[in-house]
Amino acid sequence: MTRPLTPRQLFLVFSHLSLLGFGGVLPWAYRILVERRQLITPDTFRELFAYAQLFPGPTICNMAVLVGHRESGTRGGLAALAGMLAVPCVLVCSLWYLLQRFGQTPLVADALRGMSAVAAGLVVATACKLARTLPRDWRNLVCAALVVLGLALFRLPLLLLIVVMIPAALLLMRSAPATGVQQAPHGPG
Amino acid sequence: MDQDDHGAIALILLAHCSAISMMAIGGGVVALTPELERLVVYNHHWMSARSFIENYTLAQAAPGPNMLFVTLMGLQAAGVPGALAATVGIIGPPVAFLLAMLRFGSRLGSPAMALLLRRAVAPLSIGLMLATSWSLSRMAVDNWQGALLLVGTTVCMLRTRLNPLWLIAGGAGAGMAGWI
Repeated sequence: MTRPLTPRQLFLVFSHLSLLGFGGVLPWAYRILVERRQLITPDTFRELFAYAQLFPGPTICNMAVLVGHRESGTRGGLAALAGMLAVPCVLVCSLWYLLQRFGQTPLVADALRGMSAVAAGLVVATACKLARTLPRDWRNLVCAALVVLGLALFRLPLLLLIVVMIPAALLLMRSAPATGVQQAPHGPG
Repeated sequence: MDQDDHGAIALILLAHCSAISMMAIGGGVVALTPELERLVVYNHHWMSARSFIENYTLAQAAPGPNMLFVTLMGLQAAGVPGALAATVGIIGPPVAFLLAMLRFGSRLGSPAMALLLRRAVAPLSIGLMLATSWSLSRMAVDNWQGALLLVGTTVCMLRTRLNPLWLIAGGAGAGMAGWI
């Protein structure tokens, strides 16, 4: 395949890797983009991924936009994003219709209950891994605790909470001694 | 529920998802779960907590990005218009922001400022993920067997390098066996 990829080719590559991604697309993104197609080097992948995580929004979608943009600009970014989403979206919506149809059957409902507990456990594990990367500093603990309490206990609107907490955290951190921020592992979602 | 309702709900979803999309910092879209649950289950009763967690599980187990649970949430609340509204709302603003940054220069102030911002955001995004864990766990678990499965999954993920798909398959098996 000649470089740089056209938007059409980007759409196909990202559809492919997205459809391989049962339970998370990231490992397949690495396998296809770096190992099989050799579109980007491992170092570039890591760099783009750090960038994708730094920006707000779905990390894997940001990653698609960044890789697509490198190949053919804004149109490339949008094509890669569309590839990442279009086919899986149709697929998962079809599964949803099946679920509406058969979700009440006892066997399906029982299976889903078990799977849901596992799905929640996966997120808990990701949260634990993330929390372990945080330096044990009272400022970090206070900020994280306020967010948890605000959302889980008081059911505050997220927008309000974040708009208040970001300036507050900036003020707190300005007085903190400089320590390296460790690289956070990737979570689901 | 008729089509008018679906249109109105889709508009609310579009507005709300766009507004919170830029708050998905550090942990990805899953970190928005507490807010989405608050909107569609707690405030508006568009679906039960059970439906919410089932949609999340479906998106997690199916191929494609896990963020498609937002699409399913929209589909459940307001059919196809709802699915489109929720998806566009969650993806649109961050992607537009990213493309704008790529186009018009990607440096936001000094490196020191960027580091400070990262240090300030890190504990907040971890708070979001912990609140998300709580929210999903509460929706997913309604007996001690379920709680045991959840804790077992967490320990497995922290201690081993097992592919999560095996755990999901195991969860389905345990459910079908009537243990959960």
